[in-house]
Amino acid sequence: MSTVVDFQKVVAVAGGFPVLAGLDIEITKGEIVHLRGSNGVGKTSFLRACAGLLQIQNGDATVLGFDLRDDRIAPRRYIGLLGHENHLYKDLWVREHLEFRAAAVGADQHDVEAALQRIGVSERLWAVPIERLSAGQRRRVAIASVLVGRPQLWLLDEPHAALDREGREVLDEILIDAASSGATVVLASHERDLSKSVTSRVVTLRGGRLWEDSGAA
Amino acid sequence: MLHEVLLIALKDLRVEWRSKVTLGQVAPMGLLVLVVFAFAFDANTRLLELGAGGLFWVAVLFGGTLLIQRAFEVETDDGNFDAFRMSTIRAPSLFLGKSLGIFIQVVLLELVLGPGIVLLYNVRIDDWLLLLAAALGGTLAFSVCGVLWGVMAAGTRVRATLLPLLLVPILAPVLLAGSRAFETAFGVRAEAGWTWASLMFVIAAVHAAVGMGTFGFLLEES
Repeated sequence: MSTVVDFQKVVAVAGGFPVLAGLDIEITKGEIVHLRGSNGVGKTSFLRACAGLLQIQNGDATVLGFDLRDDRIAPRRYIGLLGHENHLYKDLWVREHLEFRAAAVGADQHDVEAALQRIGVSERLWAVPIERLSAGQRRRVAIASVLVGRPQLWLLDEPHAALDREGREVLDEILIDAASSGATVVLASHERDLSKSVTSRVVTLRGGRLWEDSGAA
Repeated sequence: MLHEVLLIALKDLRVEWRSKVTLGQVAPMGLLVLVVFAFAFDANTRLLELGAGGLFWVAVLFGGTLLIQRAFEVETDDGNFDAFRMSTIRAPSLFLGKSLGIFIQVVLLELVLGPGIVLLYNVRIDDWLLLLAAALGGTLAFSVCGVLWGVMAAGTRVRATLLPLLLVPILAPVLLAGSRAFETAFGVRAEAGWTWASLMFVIAAVHAAVGMGTFGFLLEES
């Protein structure tokens, strides 16, 4: 099993505060890792550090074989990131937005419709401005934006937020399919039930460090 | 690279087309600025005629600054900057694409303001070629400067007030050169209008080169 994320004694600072304080974690290909922990323990910071959006101050950090201390931009083309925010252009129609996102990550335009259908965005909404969608529908479009890029590493921050029961189930299926086809998924979530149904490993952070690991690789 | 530039520009133009901010709000605001100046200098129509070139560029500066703010607002809103960083689009393409989008919107603004100064300020155009060249150079300079400084302001909480504070001093030479070139084109100043117009192209080229070289760093740090 190849290592996708390898953090050794990683320290990262945001706003003068050490958000990652010597984090050690190794994640291998095909895992679905559920990140848990109270607010402010470093879950989002860990995801952003993996995506190269948060600079590593100390320690060794490798993602998809790229040393983040040397180059934190190169691995991004293989990563799909969904943060607390949806990264949506609210004035664009659903389909226009997704076509733009597909082009921006070098994905196939033919995958746009498939991604929207997979996540359950009804066809009647494809030509509707995103600002008119409900919070749950927007979250689905945001997930479709990640899905269309076929990332090797999925970094998801509270992906189930605003989704209804059906949406959650569809997302879980998508994550399982992605992992079974060789992608790796790291998702931060407060949902306790999630671990049993979807994730292969539960990691708990505390104070910017690894606190508990249900099954280290 | 051209494909990436067009992708960004078309996305920005599509966002503007859907929101109708440029034509629905910024252009009327620019016209209002011209009308306010017309009222302010009403007693002296000769003064209006003499200052028409400068007043045109002041209106462009006001309206254009709003367009640049809007162009970066759609990126900072809902975390779109992160999506930009995660995309495969290269930073110079992002810079040029945003600049092209702004350029086209400012041209639209100028197409509204141009007839405005002719009608309100009783302007007569002596040299159309110089007028068009100066408008092109000034708009190019405005667009690339605006995007370069816009991305710097975009990452701050005070971006709405910071951007004009950064832009106005930077664009002062463009404002001056544009005014002088337009005054020559209007026949109210016998000066080297083409030299002023050329200066704007030089400013645009320098800022374009700096923007293409630094936009990636600025995007990461914003």
